[in-house]
Amino acid sequence: MKTFKIGGVHPEENKLSAGKPIEVFPIPQKVYIPLSQSLGAPSKPVVKKGDVVKVGQMIAQGEGFISSNIHSSVSGTVVKVEDYPGAGGYRSPAIFIDVEGDEWEESIDRTEALNKECALSPEEIVGRLKSFGIVGLGGATFPSHVKLMVPAGKKPEFLIINGVECEPYLTSDHRLMMEHGEELMVGISILMKGLGVTKAFIGIENNKPDAIGHLSKLASSWPGIEVHPLKVKYPQGGEKQLIKALVNREVPSGKLPIEVGCVVNNVGTAFAVYEAVQKNKPLFERVVTVTGKSIPTPGNFMVRIGTLVSALLVHSGFSAEDGLKVIGGGPMMGKALTNLDVPVVKGTSGILVMPASESKRMAEQSCIRCSRCTTVCPMGLEPFQLATESERAFYELAEKDRILDCIECGSCHYTCPSGRHLLDHIRVGKAAVAKLIRARAAK
Amino acid sequence: MNLLTVSGSPHVHADQSVRKIMFGVIISLIPAMLVSFYFFGLSAIILTLTAIVSCALFEFLIQKYILGNEPTISDGSAMLTGLLLAFNVPSNLPIWMMVIGALVSIGIAKMSFGGLGKNPFNPALVGRVFLLISFPVDMTSWPLPQSFSTSLTDVVTGPTPLGIVKEGLKKGDAMADLMQQVPDYVNLLLGNMGGSVGEVSALALIIGGLYLLYKRIITWHTPIAFIGSAFVFAALLNLANPDVYVNPFFHLVTGGLMLGALYMATDMVTSPMTPAGMLVFGAGCGIITILIRVFGVYPEGVSFAILIMNAVVPLLNKAFKPRRFGV
Repeated sequence: MKTFKIGGVHPEENKLSAGKPIEVFPIPQKVYIPLSQSLGAPSKPVVKKGDVVKVGQMIAQGEGFISSNIHSSVSGTVVKVEDYPGAGGYRSPAIFIDVEGDEWEESIDRTEALNKECALSPEEIVGRLKSFGIVGLGGATFPSHVKLMVPAGKKPEFLIINGVECEPYLTSDHRLMMEHGEELMVGISILMKGLGVTKAFIGIENNKPDAIGHLSKLASSWPGIEVHPLKVKYPQGGEKQLIKALVNREVPSGKLPIEVGCVVNNVGTAFAVYEAVQKNKPLFERVVTVTGKSIPTPGNFMVRIGTLVSALLVHSGFSAEDGLKVIGGGPMMGKALTNLDVPVVKGTSGILVMPASESKRMAEQSCIRCSRCTTVCPMGLEPFQLATESERAFYELAEKDRILDCIECGSCHYTCPSGRHLLDHIRVGKAAVAKLIRARAAK
Repeated sequence: MNLLTVSGSPHVHADQSVRKIMFGVIISLIPAMLVSFYFFGLSAIILTLTAIVSCALFEFLIQKYILGNEPTISDGSAMLTGLLLAFNVPSNLPIWMMVIGALVSIGIAKMSFGGLGKNPFNPALVGRVFLLISFPVDMTSWPLPQSFSTSLTDVVTGPTPLGIVKEGLKKGDAMADLMQQVPDYVNLLLGNMGGSVGEVSALALIIGGLYLLYKRIITWHTPIAFIGSAFVFAALLNLANPDVYVNPFFHLVTGGLMLGALYMATDMVTSPMTPAGMLVFGAGCGIITILIRVFGVYPEGVSFAILIMNAVVPLLNKAFKPRRFGV
């Protein structure tokens, strides 16, 4: 069975909510919609205090090439536009809306009917994704229209669809594949048209045999779309690892997938593309897994963007205790929240609760040079070395040792018997090296 | 408002720790330990316990009173050093010498470099070589095995099989006659021969080695390269002149080769970081071992070979990098 070659780990899967169908989460009484929800510049608000908005109405506009529009996820009144601490604790502007009713923009097709035919030209598809605020839902939130705009001189050959979901606990992509497979196929065909490619590969790890079976069956009536089962190995959902696994090509260091003729999109994104293009529906809701061993009813929910995490947790029967850790995303790459009243954003694939008893990381001991970090690094780096170089501020050395190739998957830290906080050190080093490079370029 | 725990990712950890690794190795040495206790009796037990306790104690004292660190002897690394040190000396070694060996292993070879993970040389081997050079007579008088004995004084000593062959060839004895003087291969495998406490039974050591491989504490690269290169080199010599150079199988089951290849050369701290580096490292150990055994003054060369290759490890780590993705 296909997989990537270098490194990788296999953490406990803990897919507690894999069998739970997607449930529509109740519309909250208020939403906080941050203006920075995609990679690139923050969007600029086009509504002000007192404005009445509808579901799907644009409330902030993307400025610059890499940026994205933002739409209201509810109907109601804008209360204020103000800085608010996000998941990481940093304050950034957000639009606060008090909910009244659930009135949608009339242009949105709310029927269940499957709309297979896409009349839009590739240029119109790009324009639609841009104006409808579609971004990568796998976590990086890269604006999707930018991915379809292939730089001059590069030729896309394959569309890669990421249904790997290699993060433990998370099941939102799994459920989406099971319940919206047909829409997914249409979304993929639209992305293929937008890119001008005739081949699309869907990669799914074989711990989801039902999804593999379901999509394979559907794909048989879609020319050019193939489903490929992959051996379970983290971080197969990393785009470089997924491309390697599916088409056996290596994205060169420091380059994008298009360098090897590939464009990667998450299944969630392909579904959002379907809704935007075929249903005129901007991206204002997404599937979020709420899970954790201490959560009485883990589940998958269709959640309006801007809904507070605390509301999701209460709905799942969560009980607060001191010292617990609430993670936005999965346990390998997710970010620990500093505040439970943070909103769900376009990049939120799951909320994972770890009880206080499991939330502390191991104390750091000396490196015993066991070389496990080197063995598991999917980028072929030497994490023990990079971490030390970073600790000692040997940033030139770290740059030479390719610290910027690190994809921050955390496999090194996960596997370290000495409990070294390798990735913490490497992140600090990456930031310092990036600064070094910028300073050099400015000269 | 409840307090949240916040940290960078990842938030889960493999079920691994330094302690698990160290005790994994200690467990894998139990078969060899039982064999040596059987053949060498109570004196081997006392010697082993002395080494373990002194190593742990010296580490504790140095950490607490010299370095001012929180003592970390519970990680098991000092106990493992003690166990391996005892395995590398004759069972009738005076206790006070054992204590000195432990002091050198822990004090000089490990703690003076900064403790666990920082030492360039295998601590147990440094201790052993120190004892060998300081007390050559005591370190080369080997009690011959007998079934379990509680006597601490009533031992018969004699040369190891490697010593018999080396001395015999020097005197001009015929190889065939010398082979009559050493135990047969079954006894060599079981460990029924003169030698250091824990090195005698190749079979018990291989069983422990398989456990280490199964538990993924070691990889195959270093031991296979070590044993393989020693075998090939010895076989070539044997093919060239069987009257002067002993059968290669003999080299594998005698002396400290198995103990060295499976337990000493695979020490994570003092061996290379990549499979390619490990193969070169292991091959170097095997070749130097045979060079010393065949052409050197000493009948046995495993300790020296590993220490020499330990010194090359930083260079091997520079020379053999992992394969980078996308480069």
